[in-house]
Amino acid sequence: MSNRTVIPFGPQHPVLPEPVHLDLIVEDEHVIEAIPQIGFVHRGLEKLVEKRDFNQFVYVAERICGICSFGHGWGYAEATERMLGLEIPKRASYLRVILQELSRIHSHLLWLGLLADGFGFESLFNHCWRLRETILDIFQETCGGRIILSITMVGGMTHDIDDALLRRACEKLDDLEREYHTIVNTMLNDDSVRSRLCGVGTINYEEALSLSMVGPFAKGSGVTHDMRTTGFSAYGDLEHFEPIVSTEGDCYARCKVRCEEIYQAIAIIKELVAKIPHDGVGQAPGPKVKPEKDARAHVLIEQPRGEAFYYVRGNGTKFLDRFRLRTPTSQNLGGMTKALQGVDVADVPMIILTIDPCISCAER
Amino acid sequence: MGYSSKSPWLIHYDGSSCNGCDIEVLDALTPLYDIERFGIINTGNPKHADIFLVTGSVNHQNIGVVQHIYEQMLEPKVVVACGVCACTGGVFRDCYNVLGGVDKAIPVDVYAPGCAIRPESIIDAVLEGVKVLDAKADRMRRGLPAVDPETAPAVSGSEAGASAAVNLAAKEATN
Repeated sequence: MSNRTVIPFGPQHPVLPEPVHLDLIVEDEHVIEAIPQIGFVHRGLEKLVEKRDFNQFVYVAERICGICSFGHGWGYAEATERMLGLEIPKRASYLRVILQELSRIHSHLLWLGLLADGFGFESLFNHCWRLRETILDIFQETCGGRIILSITMVGGMTHDIDDALLRRACEKLDDLEREYHTIVNTMLNDDSVRSRLCGVGTINYEEALSLSMVGPFAKGSGVTHDMRTTGFSAYGDLEHFEPIVSTEGDCYARCKVRCEEIYQAIAIIKELVAKIPHDGVGQAPGPKVKPEKDARAHVLIEQPRGEAFYYVRGNGTKFLDRFRLRTPTSQNLGGMTKALQGVDVADVPMIILTIDPCISCAER
Repeated sequence: MGYSSKSPWLIHYDGSSCNGCDIEVLDALTPLYDIERFGIINTGNPKHADIFLVTGSVNHQNIGVVQHIYEQMLEPKVVVACGVCACTGGVFRDCYNVLGGVDKAIPVDVYAPGCAIRPESIIDAVLEGVKVLDAKADRMRRGLPAVDPETAPAVSGSEAGASAAVNLAAKEATN
């Protein structure tokens, strides 16, 4: 029996690109409890909706997070369109889904790299990030930006992406897929990787449900909860969609889910590019269009990290009354502290990484 | 060129950034841009670092953390503000919890704008910072304080920033 010690973890820590602070209550080398402290990245941008009009706010929404940037802009724009009763052309919906799935690939590759860095496989980290550049190149060719795309607007897309560019993107994805096989093989079958991931930080199905976990973190524990199954936007036009699930609930399962989601995303993009309609990309609402007082709408979107909830409420002027966002990471923090209980101190960075925390989303 | 500027070590801290600039800072370290070919190495330890890359603006919660990292770094040291939020507060400057650019907390030597900053600009900014590092090292060799008091970048603006400047000055005096 030994004394309990508190080990502070973060906010500045080599494994974390973002600041989060954890008080790890440790007995010997085992973590008894982890108490998160957040707020280092809080900007208060939901309130900025009172100072930027509803068209401008798309660009603020995109800057909620630099990884799932496109998805946040989309979520806000989609919610505002529902509130205003705007119909957007099919092509704009298709383009949005294509860009969202590209974001998912880049987010998951980024995460696989960070995970490899977390368990000390430096060359795998660099290979994942090298592959990720393919997606950023596609973004740059089609939208102009590498990270912040600024191609969404309320009412559609700011400009069209022509078919030749889309086909070129698909060719690039073919190349990426070929190289990605090797990375997945190492990630899922290498003994040294498996010994770090298997059986670490297990969360079972019941716990995942009771802690309201979302995204690949929950799918790793067998929860088949995926907003894409609701068929919103162009997801409804897919021939077949089934969320990828694994039942083990440990770090390995979460890694496997994300690895396979990349294949799934590539398939979705190719299917949608093959049958994209040509009915324009929509136009911005005129200066007279204003949300009515108390008009409200919400939308649920599957981000790379899981379900995100967007809510907007108008007040009769061009400024909105309220914008509310519930992000996947804030849902998953409870699960993270649960997964941290009883693990070795050396495994803490790994478990924090496997929930794929996006602190700037969670704190806004 | 002095010894430290041939292989400057970086430390990176994310203020209240959206992640975009952080990812680009990491991106600059990975194969496509690979700033290690300039001898630049990323470290997690402030005492090992020569160049402090800050992304994102400062807020009430993290201003102390930024100052603490800066205080722990040894002279000569250089601060690079990466991205428009770190320079001025950017798109978030009107948010209630954003104090403004990093120069509200610590003196900044190089400002590198961009939203999100491109890895090329980061490389440029770091190499620009290396020149400042050289100049500081040179002054120290001549027995002068690392920062020329006449050309020192100001810590400006808010009360928090001003009091931070006073704290830093007092600390340096006692050292």
